[in-house]
Amino acid sequence: MASPKKLKIGIIGTGNIGTDLMVKIMRSQHLICTLFAGRNFNSTGMKRANALGVTISDRGIEAIVNDPAICDVVFDCTSAQAHAEHWAILDRLGKIVIDMTPAKLGELCIPAINAAECLATGARNINMITCGGQSSIPIAYAISQAQPDIDYVEVASSIASRSAGPATRHNLDEYIETTQEALQTFSGAKHAKAILILNPASPPIDMQTTIYAKMSNPNLSAIQASVVAMVEKLKLYVPGYQLIVPPTLEGGKVVTTIKVLGAGDYLPQYAGNLDIINCAAIAMAERFAQSGAPFESSP
Amino acid sequence: MSKKILISDPTLRDGNHAVRHQLGRESFVAYCLAAEAAGVSIVEVGHGNGLGASSMLVGECRLTDEDILSLSRANLVNSRLGIHVIPGFATIKTDLTRAVEAGVDVFRIAAHCTEADITDRHIGYIRKVGKEAFGVLMMSHMASPAILLEEAKKMESYGAEAVIIMDSAGAYFPDDVTQRISTLVDGLNIPVGFHGHNNLGMAVINSVAAVNAGATIIDGTIRGFGAGAGNTQLEVLVAVFDRLGFETGIDLYKILDAADIAEKEFNPVAPNISPLSIVSGLAGVFSGFSKPVSQAAKDYNVDARDIFFGLGKRNAVAGQESLIIEVARDLAAKNAAATTAAAKG
Repeated sequence: MASPKKLKIGIIGTGNIGTDLMVKIMRSQHLICTLFAGRNFNSTGMKRANALGVTISDRGIEAIVNDPAICDVVFDCTSAQAHAEHWAILDRLGKIVIDMTPAKLGELCIPAINAAECLATGARNINMITCGGQSSIPIAYAISQAQPDIDYVEVASSIASRSAGPATRHNLDEYIETTQEALQTFSGAKHAKAILILNPASPPIDMQTTIYAKMSNPNLSAIQASVVAMVEKLKLYVPGYQLIVPPTLEGGKVVTTIKVLGAGDYLPQYAGNLDIINCAAIAMAERFAQSGAPFESSP
Repeated sequence: MSKKILISDPTLRDGNHAVRHQLGRESFVAYCLAAEAAGVSIVEVGHGNGLGASSMLVGECRLTDEDILSLSRANLVNSRLGIHVIPGFATIKTDLTRAVEAGVDVFRIAAHCTEADITDRHIGYIRKVGKEAFGVLMMSHMASPAILLEEAKKMESYGAEAVIIMDSAGAYFPDDVTQRISTLVDGLNIPVGFHGHNNLGMAVINSVAAVNAGATIIDGTIRGFGAGAGNTQLEVLVAVFDRLGFETGIDLYKILDAADIAEKEFNPVAPNISPLSIVSGLAGVFSGFSKPVSQAAKDYNVDARDIFFGLGKRNAVAGQESLIIEVARDLAAKNAAATTAAAKG
């Protein structure tokens, strides 16, 4: 059988997220990175891409405007503010965009929950929410599947300071707002709260997220079964996803803790936050690749 | 040299840590009135972890931020109303805008001592709306004077009108404070402040070291009411500064009255340096670890004090509770090995 045509991916933003995505794409059977664009040829990510033989540009989004055929799908790894401008341009160019920033302009996507629905809507802007969202929302959703009447859900993620680049730091508020909104949308909880803690400890800590859910008369065994099934689904595309504390009753609320060990592609294992959102984006891009249709015609 | 010292009083914020964030309406009203009467410059209020922090993670607050702010606002005239804000808990859109509307005067935007860049937008927003913004570096003993200065300079560049360093673990000795404060005073063009904790009984003398090194903002709480072993005891501070010739603008008798009022309101409030607080101060580890450390000591049959020192060696910071188990486990293994060796010998 002839090798299937690979989907051409352009990455804008050459920080931690963009560089890790590029490395992950190298391993994919369905994707190929045809552009790695940022602002500075001297950045660590740029040098890495150059060494790997990927086409690089220091013109950012202009690299795509000047040569629209260079990619089918764009991973926007810049910031929520920049994404708004980028989307206006990429929309006109008819590109599919997987948005790694918390701009939430597109369809909110958690592959383990709504990959098929996202594809079915025909939406061309897929928002990957946030790293904390990718790690916590599947658990909140699984709890709500067992028990739909959640009053309050709270998620607290701690991530290693070194895994949070400048855009992540600049977008802390957007991180919180987007995570909260998506939490509420997917779990149906009446109220939601998200907290992010940057932990500067050395050696760096692994990414960990605790999910608290308040509801009347929780059926713990049903919740546990639902959560365990969800963790299995997640592991299909995030191999380092681990249930550390299975749903446990603590003072009337259900507490669950998970940890994500990264694959160590660009940043070391501790950067599970980077890994999970990138694994989710790759999973979606591969879905697009396998769905085929719109790209075969692209030159 | 100006000998004027601005006293910022977080009794109604840090003190909330001591009562699991359960301070009630009457406490806010009574203490605001007492602090106002004494002439305290800034009265800081809220959940122990600041604006928007009421949560299952760090404890749910008895009152909402809105209630606390409106109550405090109504009872302060000359004293300015201050709050503590940690980006990651509080957002501009939801929390800061409301606090501005509620009439807060001073916004103390805080980050762990090496993470100043997360305060950029929050400080910028507060300055844009014309309110006062201070930068706060927490757990400051974990960074060298040079790094602290670098981080403080970032806050200055964002628009902070002062930078305060916190001794969150109560780990400093006066020389440590002198070194850091003088580095900051020399390197910054804005006032520098110090926030002490009393784990090693050093809070007052450290605050004196801070003003001698050029700090002009000092935090203290009535009766030392605050997290862990408590804060710098405000009424002692006022008496000591008075004797040393530093002007706080606070009436000594009235702040002593406030201490009596506080005893009734927050009873029991006497600052208490517990044995484990002393160890957490020596180890330079956040006092909030006391509970899980005690638990791990029981679970693994090891000495809680050894766990604290083990955590200190590994530079543990809040959020690293998993490390407690690791340290306890290592200690248990070492103890077992020692017992075996002794039996053989």
